Amino acid sequence: MSEIIVVTSGKGGVGKTTTSASIACGLARRGKRVAVLDFDVGLRNLDLVMGCERRVVYDFVNVINGDCTLKQALIKDKRIDSLFVLAASQTRDKEALSREGVRRVLDELIADGFDYIVCDSPAGIEKGAHLAMYFADRAIVVVNPEVSSVRDSDRILGLLASKTERAEKGESPVKEHLLLTRYSPRRVGSGEMMSVDDVKEILGIEVIGVIPESPDVLSASNAGTPVILNSESDAAMAYEDAVARLLGDTVPLRFLEERKRGFLARVFGG
Amino acid sequence: MGLLAFFRRSPATASLAKERLRIIVAQERSTRDGPDYLPLLRRELLEVIRKYVNVDPEAIQINLEREDGHEVLELSVALPEKGAAE
Repeated sequence: MSEIIVVTSGKGGVGKTTTSASIACGLARRGKRVAVLDFDVGLRNLDLVMGCERRVVYDFVNVINGDCTLKQALIKDKRIDSLFVLAASQTRDKEALSREGVRRVLDELIADGFDYIVCDSPAGIEKGAHLAMYFADRAIVVVNPEVSSVRDSDRILGLLASKTERAEKGESPVKEHLLLTRYSPRRVGSGEMMSVDDVKEILGIEVIGVIPESPDVLSASNAGTPVILNSESDAAMAYEDAVARLLGDTVPLRFLEERKRGFLARVFGG
Repeated sequence: MGLLAFFRRSPATASLAKERLRIIVAQERSTRDGPDYLPLLRRELLEVIRKYVNVDPEAIQINLEREDGHEVLELSVALPEKGAAE
């Protein structure tokens, strides 16, 4: 059985692409066959985060238009055998993705035996975002503990409940999960930032992961190595936990408390 | 955290964020699946009511509830306490 997972948020810059890359890597490292698809037509970036930008020959729109086969367009990851990337097109024509075209690509991936298809949604609620979520079985809503991100996430939850194929056909609803990113336990502790529980209470859905604010996320995108592959990093461990939860394991949330630092470290920073 | 920040704590604004979000999210959810005219209807009703009573813009709640087969439009206005409005 294949599962289609959309990674979405409404607001931009909250970590959708970072999350798509890490979740896809995490699933693939556990032996699943995974394809990760960039739906951000005109603003391709998943390829950079995955580190395969120089190997993009054909893209999503080329496949839909029949310029190439899906096999030709899928970029095989150099680190993990069972992981494939489909780059977004850099065309300025936002209408280039069609619902039927996307359906054909997804059907072919399913027929090809992929276990997971991860759809990296663009920001906003326009066509790309709509198509990224339309066929989803499951949604990971990426949210920062910050007012505009939380509000936008609620809009997205509304769309998941009404503007997806499952909603339109009256099938069982898309499974929704929250993934908090850029979480700062120190600022939560001092009352400056909303806590996981606050966000969960406002949005009313279950939390699949909390990724602590970490400099490793920027280093990872600089290097084109999904952060989950940096095993030293708190962010990687937090993503690894989220992948385990996605696969049905019960794993307690980590990195919600501030690490104890010495007096000198606190005074002089670091 | 540097030396300055160590002595100057930021204000605890998270509870303010939560409260504001709780209200706006509840309001947006109540009109989410409703017809597009609901926000306009809410604004115009508010204008009419304010001709007579000086109510707070946030004191008006408009909800659309669906019960099997029919819809109920529920309007609630919190009137100001006596004397407070003048």
